[in-house]
Amino acid sequence: MNLTDLTACQWRDALREGRTSSREATDACLAAIERLNPILRAFLSVDADGARRCADEVDRRRAAREPLGLLAGIPVAVKDNMCTADGQPTTCASRILGSWRAPYDAHVVERLRAEGAVIVGKTNLDEFAMGSSTENSAFGTTRNPWDTERVPGGSSGGSAAAVAARMVPFALGSDTGGSIRQPAALCGVVGLKPTYGRVSRYGLVAFASSLDQIGPFGRTVADAALLLQATAGHDPRDSTSVSEKDQPVPDYLAALDEPVLPLRIGVPREFFGAGLDPEVEAVVRAALAVYERLGARLVEVSLPHSTEFAIATYYIVATSEASSNLARYDGVHYGRRSSDHADMIDMYMRSRAQGFGDEVKRRIMLGTYALSAGYYDAYYKKALRVRRLIRRDFEEAFRRVDCIMGPTSPTAAFRIGERAADPLAMYLSDVYTVSANLAAIPGASLPCGFTRAGLPVGLQILSDVFTEDRLLRIARMYERETDWSGRAPPLAAGPTARRGGAA
Amino acid sequence: MSEPQLAPTIGLEVHMHLATRTKLFCPCAVEYDAPPNSRVCPVCLGMPGVLPVMNEKAVELAVRMALALNCEIPDLAKWDRKHYYYPDLPKNYQISEYDQPLGVGGWLDVDVAGRTVRVGIIRVHLEEDAGKLMHAEGGGNYSVVDLNRTGTPLLEIVSQPDIHSAEEARAYGEALRQLAVYLGISRGDMQLGQMRFEPNVSLRIGSDAAGRPRYTPISEIKNLNSFRSLERAVAFEIARHREEYEADPEGYTLEKLGKTTRGWRDDSGLSFLQRSKEEAHDYRYLPEPDLVPFMPDRKWVDELRASLPELPAQRIARYIAMGLSAEIAQALADENLIGQYFDDLTKAVARLSKTSGDWVSTRGNKVCHDWILQHVRRTLNEKKDDMGEFRSKMPAERLAELIQLVEEGKINRNTGVEVFNEMYAANKPASKIVEEKGLVQVADSGAIEAFVDQAIAANAKAVEDYRGGKKASFGRLMGEAMKASGGKANPQVVKEILLKKLGG
Repeated sequence: MNLTDLTACQWRDALREGRTSSREATDACLAAIERLNPILRAFLSVDADGARRCADEVDRRRAAREPLGLLAGIPVAVKDNMCTADGQPTTCASRILGSWRAPYDAHVVERLRAEGAVIVGKTNLDEFAMGSSTENSAFGTTRNPWDTERVPGGSSGGSAAAVAARMVPFALGSDTGGSIRQPAALCGVVGLKPTYGRVSRYGLVAFASSLDQIGPFGRTVADAALLLQATAGHDPRDSTSVSEKDQPVPDYLAALDEPVLPLRIGVPREFFGAGLDPEVEAVVRAALAVYERLGARLVEVSLPHSTEFAIATYYIVATSEASSNLARYDGVHYGRRSSDHADMIDMYMRSRAQGFGDEVKRRIMLGTYALSAGYYDAYYKKALRVRRLIRRDFEEAFRRVDCIMGPTSPTAAFRIGERAADPLAMYLSDVYTVSANLAAIPGASLPCGFTRAGLPVGLQILSDVFTEDRLLRIARMYERETDWSGRAPPLAAGPTARRGGAA
Repeated sequence: MSEPQLAPTIGLEVHMHLATRTKLFCPCAVEYDAPPNSRVCPVCLGMPGVLPVMNEKAVELAVRMALALNCEIPDLAKWDRKHYYYPDLPKNYQISEYDQPLGVGGWLDVDVAGRTVRVGIIRVHLEEDAGKLMHAEGGGNYSVVDLNRTGTPLLEIVSQPDIHSAEEARAYGEALRQLAVYLGISRGDMQLGQMRFEPNVSLRIGSDAAGRPRYTPISEIKNLNSFRSLERAVAFEIARHREEYEADPEGYTLEKLGKTTRGWRDDSGLSFLQRSKEEAHDYRYLPEPDLVPFMPDRKWVDELRASLPELPAQRIARYIAMGLSAEIAQALADENLIGQYFDDLTKAVARLSKTSGDWVSTRGNKVCHDWILQHVRRTLNEKKDDMGEFRSKMPAERLAELIQLVEEGKINRNTGVEVFNEMYAANKPASKIVEEKGLVQVADSGAIEAFVDQAIAANAKAVEDYRGGKKASFGRLMGEAMKASGGKANPQVVKEILLKKLGG
């Protein structure tokens, strides 16, 4: 067995029991990154020296019996749209930020450091988290560890691939319309988008402020729960983060192994309609059958606004907010400035034309149009009304069922380049995920099997606001019955293990 | 009554900095003399990933001002992003309030040369200020920006077009400033740019066939930062509109030309076109997703309303009814704490006074405002203290005790001023200082007679001059007798005895 096969919870136990050191864990991850990153391009930057220093410090503290945090000594990766003040770049996979270095740590990065986690590097993404394949990164496409000719999903494709390939046991991503859950499905790992307001967005470079939420990737439900535990909670610097008086952060690990029974699972007919790959459908239906066998009852529900209108609504709300959030990248105060401009307006235009990629420009234009005088009511305002209807769909469903299940993505991982020329086809990758962001509810993707081609399939589980604890327990019920999380993509096993496997 | 032809119709947008310690969305200090870009943080610099957090004090001050302007406070106010690209605005949007401001529908009564003009208030809202852009000197091909001011809380007050002259526009601006300073909402320092005015000027040109009023095109004059330039710019615009209209009565109308934006040059005294209707910005307003809407607790609003002090206009009226002159009433009401101090002082003096109620209401009031407008004012100027500090060093009760000592003749007036200064410096009650320094006035005629005799004996020449008809010498002898007493003699008694001795 390889050291990098350990899950975060296993690392935690091994470190506590003195069977290994944080330095050993960190070196193992750094070695895996060194070996695999040239193939996968999951990381945009790796801070080997900083990670080793941090690991040595945790080892010293442990030896000195000083108090240690929840994640003491465990390596972790952070999506490169979260600010780190350690001198490492924060790029958002965009050229426009140039050589900018964040002068402050994001709230979640502060939390990771406070809990003793070892941040080994920053992971690749679609530029400004806009995309479903990581092909929109200005610094190269991340490849799917299960098939390097295919995309890992996106926008948090780097974090998903890094966890799937066992470069790190767990990682943070961000999810605006499915950017955690869809790559988790395509890479065969667990991904969780928490309720809007559960995790502070302070220091997450904004894409669509009313939809963005940070969440964990892990190979197991318990690892995702552990990382959520370390990052959830109120932050006075984010006015939309919920107070702990109203919503205390539960202990996500304490009751994780307790099944939720009786369990009513809502199966929306809209999630099994046209466009769903039959192989994916079969795998997801088989997963639902496992729940039935465990005693759950499947209830057909309807979310009438949540597929057909959700994508349209999402692309109005998200692009409108994005056009506003990205206005600040103008080459004036920081980041990339064009060198050849005639005057101020020309400087704005050239800096932005040169700095942003096509997909980002496309969304800025869509959003700018939607917010223009005379169009606001027809687009943005109407989208907000549909958004309320989508939320109501879920409120009504959750009166009847404990959770909702379906496929995370209509297809398994697609080939690199396959959808690059067709933005609309790409947007449909998010057809089942965007409604959770619009409704602010938590959602997870759980590995539930493979296609005949050996590509992972994800089961999406949605539940009511601030019920992440129950959502994780429901996911764990299935995980215990299956061994998907134990499977590694062949390239992750490494030269030694592969030789052993062949013998 | 029909409106006179070409009557000026003016609405005013007023911006004022709120008197908060920190900025609207971050903990940076609001300071006006700090080195450029030294009062900034990732939030007010608009760095990637930052979020605004509303300054509760700013919201409270804004609501207080709205209440003082008789506005309604709606159950929900929301924040919006107003987009435009400019290097003094790092996010390229300003957080403001678009369609649901925190205060709506109020009014302010303004005194214009003895006439009261009621100006309607359309809305009061809160927003952030931008930084300062300075263009390179000597025509250099670059500009520099100071972002210390970025994110300073700014209150915008929009009036109805109820203003009809340049004089009224100025009086309204001054009344707003007085009210804001009075309530501690803004320091209202014009030199620091804490108040800016944007008048919207047009002239009424009769009515159309359906009886609807018609106007000349509205011109909005941007960024006037003194009362003088406000008054001059409005007067200039009124005259300009009249000329333009008379030259082309068919073309120079609001329907045809809409609203234009103009600038003002103080040196030349001319306004100039900045933007016509066609060039108007599309601000692409977006509800601010990073801030939660403001839903004021009704009880909190009621408490704020109840805690509003008496406003300047009411206080001036009350003082005039008490028998004070308009000038004195205005001077006392100019600053809230001075007015309060006057009220406390008259009450304290009345409590201590053994004389009749009449004395208290007439002479007492005069004595109190004399002390305040002379000696309290002088002390504030000399020590550069504000009224809050003064009051904590010399509460009204203490000054009342001093006034009592003077009025009862225990010490004379000049000694009273000395004691006053000493009280402020040493933070001691008057009686203690009088006792320690032995300053009790001598009113005993036997003792005073001796001082007078001394003065007469030592100044034979002056006595001779006086008796020879040179009445001015009396003052000299008075002074000598007072000096002999060490300043403690009751001057009235000295005068009587001296007159008697000199033979009337």
